Amino acid sequence: MRDLLITGARLADGTTGDLAVSAGRFVEASGVHDAERLDADGLLALPGLVDPHTHLREPGREDAETIATGTLAAARGGYTAVHAMANLDPVTDTAEAAEHLLALAARDAHAEVVVVGSVTKGLAGEELSEMGLMHRSSAGVTMFSDDGRCVMDSLVMRRALTYARTFGGVVAQHAQDTRLAGPGACCHESEISGRLGLPGWPAQAESAIIARDVELTQLTSGRLHVCHVSTAEGVEVIRWAKSRGVNVTAEVTPHHLYLGTREVESFDTTFKVNPPLRTDEHLEAVREALADGTIDMVGTDHAPHARQDKDHPFDVALPGMLGLEQALAVVIEVMVSTGRLDWAGVVDRMSAAPASLTGSTTQGRPIAVGEPANLVLVDPAARAVVDRDRTASKSRNNPYHGRDLPDPVVATVWAGRLTHRR
Amino acid sequence: MTNQPAQVVWDGHRIARAVARMAHQVVESNAGSRDLVLLGIPTRGVLLARRLADQIRGIEGSDVAVGELDITMYRDDLRRQPTRAVGRTSIPGTIDDKVVVLVDDVLFTGRTVASSLDALKDVGRPRLVQLAVLIDRGHRQLPIQADHVGKVLQAPAEARVNVRLAEIDELDAVTISMPEA
Amino acid sequence: MRHLLSAGDLSLAEATSILDVAEEMHAIQDRPIKKLPTLRGRTVINMFFEDSTRTRTSFEMAGKWMSADTINISAKGSSTSKGESLRDTMLTLDAMGTDCFVIRHGSSGAVAQAASWVRAHVVNAGDGTHEHPTQALLDAFAIRRHLRAGGDDAFEGRTIAIVGDLLHSRVVRSNVLLQRTLGSRVVLVAPPTLLPTGVEQWGCEVTNDFDAVVDEADIVMMLRVQRERMHGGFFPTAREYTELYGLTPERLARLRPGAAICHPGPMNRGLEISSEAADATNSLILDQVTAGVSVRMSVLYHLLGGSPE
Repeated sequence: MRDLLITGARLADGTTGDLAVSAGRFVEASGVHDAERLDADGLLALPGLVDPHTHLREPGREDAETIATGTLAAARGGYTAVHAMANLDPVTDTAEAAEHLLALAARDAHAEVVVVGSVTKGLAGEELSEMGLMHRSSAGVTMFSDDGRCVMDSLVMRRALTYARTFGGVVAQHAQDTRLAGPGACCHESEISGRLGLPGWPAQAESAIIARDVELTQLTSGRLHVCHVSTAEGVEVIRWAKSRGVNVTAEVTPHHLYLGTREVESFDTTFKVNPPLRTDEHLEAVREALADGTIDMVGTDHAPHARQDKDHPFDVALPGMLGLEQALAVVIEVMVSTGRLDWAGVVDRMSAAPASLTGSTTQGRPIAVGEPANLVLVDPAARAVVDRDRTASKSRNNPYHGRDLPDPVVATVWAGRLTHRR
Repeated sequence: MTNQPAQVVWDGHRIARAVARMAHQVVESNAGSRDLVLLGIPTRGVLLARRLADQIRGIEGSDVAVGELDITMYRDDLRRQPTRAVGRTSIPGTIDDKVVVLVDDVLFTGRTVASSLDALKDVGRPRLVQLAVLIDRGHRQLPIQADHVGKVLQAPAEARVNVRLAEIDELDAVTISMPEA
Repeated sequence: MRHLLSAGDLSLAEATSILDVAEEMHAIQDRPIKKLPTLRGRTVINMFFEDSTRTRTSFEMAGKWMSADTINISAKGSSTSKGESLRDTMLTLDAMGTDCFVIRHGSSGAVAQAASWVRAHVVNAGDGTHEHPTQALLDAFAIRRHLRAGGDDAFEGRTIAIVGDLLHSRVVRSNVLLQRTLGSRVVLVAPPTLLPTGVEQWGCEVTNDFDAVVDEADIVMMLRVQRERMHGGFFPTAREYTELYGLTPERLARLRPGAAICHPGPMNRGLEISSEAADATNSLILDQVTAGVSVRMSVLYHLLGGSPE
């Protein structure tokens, strides 16, 4: 691995300088030899981004995404780590499955893969998966989620929070009351769902579960992470819980920050996602919550799908959309350009906070001599029209296709290695 | 394509005389008005059919059946134009075993009349079908001839021949115009 | 007109033209030979992903009376995420040279999706709980004939009450869009659990009290209550539904003179509509069925009767 010398980059704190990288760490400029030079004049250097919520599809649906393509998409988006959700085939519900995933990542990945275990066996919501063994394995799993499905049973949720507490584990909940928002629910319950005749997914199906779970978190002294918060009501419950000192963190997706319910009026299944795209008042609420820290971090919920799984009627097509490659662009567009978040805020919400979910020692660290060399070089002014075919992902369900957005990521360095360069 | 000013070749007086003459012919050739049904082809054929019926009433002293036969759905050129408006079809009673006189304003290629014969076939089986037109301008593309003609007008194929009738066009006239090269 | 997907896509002029041509088509039904050559050589595929004998038959007769080659495909059960994708199904049939698809699908929006993939014209014959534009057109046709018989066929100033399961009804969505275009006043009546979210933004009056509007309506349109809703907890019992929202003989007696009754069928006699109302002299229910073929002939003519674009 060649040494790197990045010249003229500006840091989030406003200072400018050269960054030298050797053997996977930032070193003094004198410490590099025969270095590959990157001219970063006018560019911003941020710590590598960390995605708390990624669907890599391998093993199981390698036609939609693989660890190689998913993490390359991550690198193109400025990410140096992704949390691989457990809804794979086989489900990551045993130590063996977790270690297998880690082994595949060691071979193929262009970013660190943090293994997320399932909460329940087979994501069935009934029996706890082998959380302790997964934690003790080489994968060192500390985050557990049945994401894609809600842990609906209150008692199972209570036990999961209690059990994970013993080793500092966090339970990440996909908050969806499946009675209020059943399997067919595919459109935010609103004037639009009523008019289009699409089964509605009310905001309260999310906030009711978050409310229950923060109560259970208090009861168990456990640790809760709320995936993809999409509603003003959900934000309010989290704000209330945090004010009471409940150990809860939350994430919001780029698409819930940027895209509204109106997108589904064309019945284009690219815009089918779960939870669904919400209306303006919810977009405003999650933006505000991300700015004030009620929502701690951005999670992409990058969900690649093969075309044949999307070319169905809206209520039948699989939910989910890509996110890794445009996440930073969206955050710049709706948070930075509007003055809601400064660059230090971006670093916190997209790198430090998600890294702290699992107490990572390699990710979310500052750019400083001696620290692991994970960084992204950002051109804050560049813009481009998104083309879904210009992607590292195997899938094309990109909801930003055709939109003029920031095009910030110039280069990504993961553990001292250049994983992406424009 | 703009047209040069239309030249009036026939005025209302001539039209009225021609209609009167055609009415006599129709009555004469059918030995009266019994069993006679006049079917106008929308739009101006219908107006002419009504005028003929008025004349025949004057001659015979009895009413003659008048109806409308829209041929839009039978046209052979539907796909050449945007969707056309559809006219009314209204058949006075049955036409089975009657003498039907189809009435139109201008006989040109013969395609409209051919379509009207198709349409007629679907509404009944007349004993005899005749054709009455105010203007026969030649240039037939099908073997069709009129039985009663108001005027034979020699006009180049590209000329526009229009019949205007007071009921909808303010005044009666037959005009001819040439498209600009 | 390229497709007919939503009643909301129709301008007043287009809707009126469809109704007017349907009048001409209606006359065909009295002829000894019910046949027009208009669509000779055109292929119309009726794709029914969901069973509907009456709508399919009505479209089939409309196509055949206009001399189109009409093919029926019952694709029920093929609309799952495991089977062939809807897009592949449509592209395959489109590639065979189909001129027009008439599509009924159980999923809202599926017909619009299909239209976005094919070269042929597409008619929405009912998609999920979204729309059923030809039903709204045939309702308007039957209503207009009824109004004309009363001396004035204008829709302006008329009150149309639509009563029943609005939440799951594609008929109501299309009727609201079309009747608003035609100028009627629409009053929607339903139990609160069967009102769609945001219905107050549809430009109609909305009430839970049928009795408050029953004597105001020129037209009372009763919607079918599907049996499975009765077990879905939307209302307590069939008896209560009938008492509160049914067109009972008592409410029938309260209709104003000249008011008429519609129902898109199939009816649940004794539930949303009493036999007295269904068979009343002012019931348009069979007129609606007859109107179906004429209106669908007119729709096919408007889509296929001219040059391709």
